[in-house]
Amino acid sequence: MKRFVLILLLPLSLAVQAAPFDQVRLDQSRLGFVSKQMAVPVEGQFRRFDVRLHFDPARPQAAQARIDIDLASIDAGSKEANEEVVGKNWFNVREFPTARFVATGLKPLGGERYEVRGTLSIKGKSREVAAPFSFRPVGGQGVFEGGFTLKRLDFGIGEGPWGDTGIVADDVQIKFRIVAGSAKPARKP
Amino acid sequence: MKPVAYTRTAIALHWLTAALILAALPLGLTLTELALSPTKLKLYAWHKWLGVTVFALVVLRVVWRLTHPAPPLPASIPAWQQRAAHVLHGLLYLLMLAIPLSGWLMSSAKGFQTVYLGVLPIPDLLAKDAALAETLAALHTWLNYSLIALLLAHVGAALKHQLIDRDAVLGRMLPGLRKH
Repeated sequence: MKRFVLILLLPLSLAVQAAPFDQVRLDQSRLGFVSKQMAVPVEGQFRRFDVRLHFDPARPQAAQARIDIDLASIDAGSKEANEEVVGKNWFNVREFPTARFVATGLKPLGGERYEVRGTLSIKGKSREVAAPFSFRPVGGQGVFEGGFTLKRLDFGIGEGPWGDTGIVADDVQIKFRIVAGSAKPARKP
Repeated sequence: MKPVAYTRTAIALHWLTAALILAALPLGLTLTELALSPTKLKLYAWHKWLGVTVFALVVLRVVWRLTHPAPPLPASIPAWQQRAAHVLHGLLYLLMLAIPLSGWLMSSAKGFQTVYLGVLPIPDLLAKDAALAETLAALHTWLNYSLIALLLAHVGAALKHQLIDRDAVLGRMLPGLRKH
């Protein structure tokens, strides 16, 4: 009886694993960052963003991802900072309302670790970035967690007097947590 | 024989904390008026570093004071004035400890950790909480206005003793004033 159940479950579990994760749960996802001001780490996040994702654990190299960030939805840690960073010296959201990341490649690093490469475009400037992340299936959903160090001045984020990296560090730690489920019924392996 | 003046250590700590408070206090009053800028962030950090330093020095002062009694006030001073002087000094010690503490707690509640001199992170006792931050900001302000009032009384009393009563009170803390 036990063996019978196992045989019955085996193809099912394979099928579940093989299902691509492409239904992003934005309410469970988070796009945060930590900036350093006078050596003080300050937490922030973007409250509105959209993620298009297609990740098949069986074929990670074929994964596709695109993130669009509504820059005006920034929470930079305080009210006065929020009012400042949407302005011209920082994100200049009137001219550049969204930032975009488009994945160009994905590399398995072993185990649950991967690295995604892609083009990040902010404020009219595009740079190649690479971010290691982990992928863990949790209760039928996929949880992608990772981050990378962004050099804010590469994108002109904080120009003029704010260009002084002795006050606000050039390095900004970006942290993401994206949760996605599967839409398609399980494909047969 | 009873000492006529405070110890050298007590005198040094008194004037050092006085100088730091006279830097931190106007800096704090200015900060609330400034719009966000790199300069403001820098001044905020300096203000906090001054506050942490004052707190540490005052802890030292309290320990020193408890182990090294203050020189007695001249007998010519009425008992009620002597009592008033002790109460005033006690309140000044209290405020010099409570003000940096309230500033540190307010900063934590606002979501900004204090990193002493840019190298030593001081743990946050409170998590970020906007409503609590506002209460603590009001407390920090109120405590500082109390400090300003008490400092005026403190300096005013010292000057009154020196210029009107012409007694030995200020000489205990300013050895240069003592007649040889």
